[in-house]
Amino acid sequence: MTRYFFKRLAGAIPTLFVIITAAFFLIRAAPGGPFDQEQALPPEILANLQSAYGLDLPVWAQYGRYIRALAHGDFGPSFKYKDFTVTELIEQGFPVTLQIGTVALILALAFGIPLGTFAALHHNSAADYATMSLAVVGIAIPSFVVLPFLGLFFGVYLHWLPVAGWEPGSIRHLVLPVIALCLPPLSIIARMTRGSMLEVLRTHFIRTAFAKGLPLHVVILRHALRPALLPVAGYLAPAVASIMTGSLVVESIAGLPGIGRYLVQGALNRDYTLVMGMVIIYSALLIAMGLVVDLIYAWLDPRIRFGR
Amino acid sequence: MSAAQRLGSNTGAVCALAIIVALIALALVGPWFNPNNIESLDWAHVAAEPGLMGAHWFGTDRLGRDLFARTLEGTRVSLAVGLAASAISLCVGISYGAVAGYVGGRTDHLMMRFIEVLSGLPLIFFVIFLTVIFGRNLYLLFLTIGAVGWLTMARIVRGQTLSIRQREFIEAAVATGASSTRIIFKHVIPNLLGPVIVYATLTVPQIILFESFLSFLGLGVQEPHSSLGTLIAVGAGEMEAAPWILVVPGSFLALLLLSLNILGDGLRDALDVKER
Repeated sequence: MTRYFFKRLAGAIPTLFVIITAAFFLIRAAPGGPFDQEQALPPEILANLQSAYGLDLPVWAQYGRYIRALAHGDFGPSFKYKDFTVTELIEQGFPVTLQIGTVALILALAFGIPLGTFAALHHNSAADYATMSLAVVGIAIPSFVVLPFLGLFFGVYLHWLPVAGWEPGSIRHLVLPVIALCLPPLSIIARMTRGSMLEVLRTHFIRTAFAKGLPLHVVILRHALRPALLPVAGYLAPAVASIMTGSLVVESIAGLPGIGRYLVQGALNRDYTLVMGMVIIYSALLIAMGLVVDLIYAWLDPRIRFGR
Repeated sequence: MSAAQRLGSNTGAVCALAIIVALIALALVGPWFNPNNIESLDWAHVAAEPGLMGAHWFGTDRLGRDLFARTLEGTRVSLAVGLAASAISLCVGISYGAVAGYVGGRTDHLMMRFIEVLSGLPLIFFVIFLTVIFGRNLYLLFLTIGAVGWLTMARIVRGQTLSIRQREFIEAAVATGASSTRIIFKHVIPNLLGPVIVYATLTVPQIILFESFLSFLGLGVQEPHSSLGTLIAVGAGEMEAAPWILVVPGSFLALLLLSLNILGDGLRDALDVKER
């Protein structure tokens, strides 16, 4: 088990390396550069700027320099946010993004799994249809539509919660963004749990459990839930990806100072180092999530053995 | 019961289909009844409220542009991108999945491993990169979204192909000396129609969502043209003073995506397609 884990961890490094390399050359292939402005800079100043940031070197040499700096944990300076290094920008914004993302994921699991189980237990009843209809709404309508509508209703009309903005430590400002962010994965998890729970409930060992006279909650919690959660565990990595992409728009609508805006802005500004920083953060998170999923799989299904 | 009857008895799916047809009809013929076009600025009615008696049925935006005209144009763009990009992802996904499933063995393993790697990555990054590198135009948008939207389709087609490959008519085709290419395109793919239809209807809303997401970020459709995503992005900033600028395109997108999803689910139940 431990050996398998470290093997996977070692396997993640080349994957990350390939992603970093691909992203580096892709963004350099884009026309334009970080110092393009409405009014072109005088050539001497441009040349000075470029040599200061090492942009006058051939691309492969820049790549070598970047990788060497990266190996020392240095993401380099940002081209557009003067006086900031990419590390500083990430240090400022990442806690906010991580906070809303983690809460959204936890909420999606905490509500999605019980809702799906509930629907499965009341299969083909009105409650089942109602839950699944809500799930379709949650899946179909994207967070960048849900969040403004929530803001309009709870913020502008009811004045219960702030529409947008952020204050350090204020939970009220995070409520609507987190809800908008967690609804799509929550609905998908509810749907998946219902589907797999229906299958598990039809198996013989569940029938046996009921036949022994075990109460419903014991059958569900101790016997049915574990196998039923296998597909949900497989969905965790896509769920994280969906929350990440969702946070790109949710942060900009709600005016949260996370790192979401840096990816698109960085790419448009040709802020090479910032884009690379974002790509590394996001892919490392996803790869880490893949590892966690493997561990959860092993815990849910003891038949899975980590040989090989 | 036939599949069509099963679909017909699903009230939700029938309503969804009706709404989709109505939205498409409105998007296509609506401009004929509207004296305003997407670019004309009506300075007498800036950010005017919606009203069926007024000059602007759905109101106007901050520049006095008619929201009815702009929302309908956005719907047309979203539908066009959805259909075109789905067609591309369909072609790629079907060919890829059918080849992987039919050839099998190491090739299949490698091809599926590739899909696994791709679907583990947040594809939005690639699309952002591609739009940044190649500039923003509508045809490229079709291509990039189509190019990343084929993964699920390929998986499903592969699964179906694996079971079709075992059937006797494939054995008969092999016995008559047909080449693999011929068998894949003449015998395997035509038999995939059911699941392909279902997943095509489910791909369209996903791609519309993706397009409006990109347009929302400012990477998709550009001014003066509108997409539902760009309109929502503008509306989200105006919601306290002029909520209809958000509500009109937001409702159109929500209704469109919801109906397409319900129809897709209905079709899946009617044709009884197993996931994976």
